[in-house]
Amino acid sequence: MENKTIRDNLLKEVAPHLERTTPAALAWILFLLSIIGLGIFAFITQVTKGHIVTGMRDNVVWGIYIVNFIFFMGMSYAGAIISGTLQLFRTEWRKPIIRLAEYLAIISLLIGPGYILLCIGRLDRLYYLALFGRIQSPITWDVIAISTDIFGCLIFLYLSTLRDIANLRDFKELNLPRWRKKIYSILALGYEGTPEQEKRLKRATDIMAAMVIAIAIIVYSVLAWIFSVTLQPGWHSTIFGPYFVIAAIYSGTGVLIIAMWVFRKVYHLQQYITRKHFVAMGVLMVVLAALFGYFTFSDYLTKWYGSEKNDESLIKILFSQYYWPFIFSNYIGVLIPLIVVGIPKLRSITSITISALIVIVALWFNRYLIVIPTLESPYLPIQDSRPEWLNYSATWVEYSLTAAGVALFCLLYTLASKFIPVMNVSEMADVPGTDKTEGPFLTEESLL
Amino acid sequence: MEEKDKDKQKKSRREFLKKSLIAGVGVVTGSKLIAAYIDKSRLESGEKVKALTTHGEIIEVDKAHIHTPRVSIKESHKGIPGRKFVMVIDLAKCKNARKCVESCQKGHFLPKSQEFMKVYLLQDSEKSAPYWFPKPCFHCDNPLCVSVCPVGATYKRSDGIVLIDNERCIGCKFCMTGCPYSTRVFAWKKYPEFEGDKQPYSPEASSPGKEGTVSKCDFCPDLVRIGKLPYCAQNCPMGVIYFGDIDEDSVTNGAETLRFSELIRDRAGYRYLETLGTRPSVYYLPPVERQFPVDKGFNGLDKNVKNRYENTPYSKTHKL
Repeated sequence: MENKTIRDNLLKEVAPHLERTTPAALAWILFLLSIIGLGIFAFITQVTKGHIVTGMRDNVVWGIYIVNFIFFMGMSYAGAIISGTLQLFRTEWRKPIIRLAEYLAIISLLIGPGYILLCIGRLDRLYYLALFGRIQSPITWDVIAISTDIFGCLIFLYLSTLRDIANLRDFKELNLPRWRKKIYSILALGYEGTPEQEKRLKRATDIMAAMVIAIAIIVYSVLAWIFSVTLQPGWHSTIFGPYFVIAAIYSGTGVLIIAMWVFRKVYHLQQYITRKHFVAMGVLMVVLAALFGYFTFSDYLTKWYGSEKNDESLIKILFSQYYWPFIFSNYIGVLIPLIVVGIPKLRSITSITISALIVIVALWFNRYLIVIPTLESPYLPIQDSRPEWLNYSATWVEYSLTAAGVALFCLLYTLASKFIPVMNVSEMADVPGTDKTEGPFLTEESLL
Repeated sequence: MEEKDKDKQKKSRREFLKKSLIAGVGVVTGSKLIAAYIDKSRLESGEKVKALTTHGEIIEVDKAHIHTPRVSIKESHKGIPGRKFVMVIDLAKCKNARKCVESCQKGHFLPKSQEFMKVYLLQDSEKSAPYWFPKPCFHCDNPLCVSVCPVGATYKRSDGIVLIDNERCIGCKFCMTGCPYSTRVFAWKKYPEFEGDKQPYSPEASSPGKEGTVSKCDFCPDLVRIGKLPYCAQNCPMGVIYFGDIDEDSVTNGAETLRFSELIRDRAGYRYLETLGTRPSVYYLPPVERQFPVDKGFNGLDKNVKNRYENTPYSKTHKL
């Protein structure tokens, strides 16, 4: 049920991004590739010289690699949950931005697990996980969960892009090399938009949307359990599962707002991605900020109030050595969106984007504060150890690989946007009211 | 003719003496002599013994160079039948002589930056007395490290010992975060010391170490098999560390052998951080009626080692 003229106009609008790469875009891609190159060099250094080149030592055995792992996986689950929910609730404003959320889900999911591999001392034995895997180990749960998630998200992304792929195949004005068109026609799987096909596709997409939400929640809880099943004072917490899920969606909302801002600017989508979308995402961010703040507060409150010896020493470290990161991640990172988006007068595209940026950085530090100070304050005090082993500080190898991950994330986003439009063209061209399952849930009026 | 006969007799007598000597060696070192290794990298003891090589030659080797072969990885999963090992550490006698640390490092071919045994200077609260606290692996009966290992590289044996198979370990370090006692160490690079051990690898010896894998105190089952005490217990000048069998109800530090149950009863033995539910196999005797003042532990320490106690509660009130 597509409005052909709307569709063709939209396709004309996005076609230039698919057809050619501007010199600026090329420079951007080369820049990203050079950072990735540095990361590859750092990785080779780590493999040849051993993990001694990182800042990790016997006490802090996991450093910013695991922080990045949690961070990227969180973004992925956020992308999955946001796109799945918006899809299921038929939220009208989802249409121009849902593709960005789906990209977020799959791209960060491809990068995240790479960071846990960087923590592994013997990558040459990685296949032992399959060969000798023990189901009792939370790492095995994670392996199963993440691989399920990758498949689920890929299928969901594919299903929700299928109509656009078919459109690109049929769009005669598209000036692309033959091989590209060939790929579109193969990937379109003979989708012609017949009522029967449309019905089936809708159903399949809905099923997958529901599934990716469930998978994302399970997978991120499993990730949280890697920490909370241990006896470490800062990790052994029953609320880590839901806490991590909320933190994940929170950070992902921020990343999505940034992605909206960037693509709106670069691809000139001001007409489609408007203040309305930023406010809608901003409201979502406020809700999550409140939830995140609530979980953080109750986790630290119970640790502090009961003041068990080891919890107490952890809190002490957090409020002395890590004072500013702690204040930034758990106070500023919660309050800024609450104020900026919470007060209607302050809402603007720029202010929402800036607060989203603050949220992302704050959430990265939040994970840092969950992982590192805990490892620095074990049950037995760190003694009879090298003084330089007491505190963790990441080395250039770890920072380079972190930068490489971010660069790879940007690169994959860029390349994906050059292959399939960043907006869901076919859904945007759907004639309102033709789809019986459409219904208002979060309408524009209720938000503005 | 007669002279020749005499000569023959002499020869055969010499031969006989030689053979009996070999037999004697057999008696001294046990029936496993046939399968013994000669490892010249070990320090000489000066005491020479005769041994039969696989080529049938009789050679003279230093006693310290002979040792029995290590059990295979597969064999190391089983545990020594009918045994349940236990360690008792008498905190009243420890003065941080660090012989346990050093002998263990030497015995396991560890670099200076890796220790299986550590000595802490603990002080439970502000007003309570500081004491030295040697800490091996606790070989828990409910080991979290074993539970969390994704590939079964670390395992609990029937004799209570928790071992690591460094051929299996993928180096994910989950066990290191799982262990609440910070017992495990990681080989952050290829340490040259690992190459000092020329024997084939066995989890029972935790040696030669391997880059990118986790290792820890192993209760020295390779020594226990030949009737010796673990390095730490053997080499402690104060007899702090007792090792034994909980089913046999006896522990020994080499100088005295005691009934485990009586020792624990009379000296109020306890396990560290019992609340965590890990059920350790290492018991501590509280530091009462101590033989040395705590600051004796700093005597003769290397400056680098002394610096490791800079952050202790003790160092805040006393000058190191």
